[in-house]
Amino acid sequence: MSRPRVSRRTVLVVGLLVSLLVAGVVSFYASSHPDGLEYVAEKAGFLDTARDSAAADSPLADYSVRGVEDERLSVGLSGVVGVVVMAVLSTGLFWLLRRREPRE
Amino acid sequence: MHVPDGFLDAPTSVATAAVAVVGVGVALVKARNELDDRTAPMAGLVATFVFAAQMVNFPVGAGTSGHLLGGALAAVLVGPWTAILCLAVVVLVQALVMADGGITALGTNVTLLSLTAVAAGWLVFVAVRAVLPRRPASVVPAAAVAAFASVPLTAVVFTLLFSVGGIAPVAFDTLLAAMVSWHAVIGIGEAVITALVVASVVASRPDLVHGARPALAVRELEIRSGS
Repeated sequence: MSRPRVSRRTVLVVGLLVSLLVAGVVSFYASSHPDGLEYVAEKAGFLDTARDSAAADSPLADYSVRGVEDERLSVGLSGVVGVVVMAVLSTGLFWLLRRREPRE
Repeated sequence: MHVPDGFLDAPTSVATAAVAVVGVGVALVKARNELDDRTAPMAGLVATFVFAAQMVNFPVGAGTSGHLLGGALAAVLVGPWTAILCLAVVVLVQALVMADGGITALGTNVTLLSLTAVAAGWLVFVAVRAVLPRRPASVVPAAAVAAFASVPLTAVVFTLLFSVGGIAPVAFDTLLAAMVSWHAVIGIGEAVITALVVASVVASRPDLVHGARPALAVRELEIRSGS
């Protein structure tokens, strides 16, 4: 009845590969239309109250790598770097927070 | 729905920052109960996947787009307190590294995209799960409904914040109607993505899905009593 269990490592590896694929490749095909909030803000006439973020000079600002002209490469690289940063930061945080097994 | 700098005035931004600090602080304590050697790497993966998925805006007609928020998805997969931390890390990295969402608006964005989206998603999920048959498969439709609802609910909270501290004078009713209707449409995309992801994890490893635990506990008892 029960199928062979997929190992946890497989789940993690597949999940990470999917994340890299989504951020590194699929992201290029994302819609460039304004998102719901931007659209509503524009229609309601307050989009121009938005100010540039203090991080606007970041080398990865707006999901593109400064200096990389090819847009597909630029978006994809920024996504891959973002995924690596996220994986390290969040897994590190959760690993530190986790409940340790009761000591023997 | 990332709020840029400038939309909300300073007092409101300070107030939402305080809410964000308290909310994340509580989550840091409570998440310990959800995290162990098995679930901590899963939680890291969920945060990473939500970041990746948020890069992909899907069109929702009439020149607008939306992307996954992921609050309901994360809550169902790794538990609500851990999900708050997942989304907080996503929003932090987006603001600091990608300049997506303002820096002075960081507290606002954590309040909306982490605290509100996760709380709305988790509460709706628990309510729907309670009326469905107690089996792991029920987690998928419950997660889809929760994901759908979490998007317009988060839009409502944005509208409330804007009515208190918005720089521009905009009629509350008009803004509420526009925000809720567009985000209800975006919510359909949120529901589809959430259902697909939750269904794949439930199919391969239901024991790794936080929201499936009550159903699995029942099944285990049945198996034991039958042997």
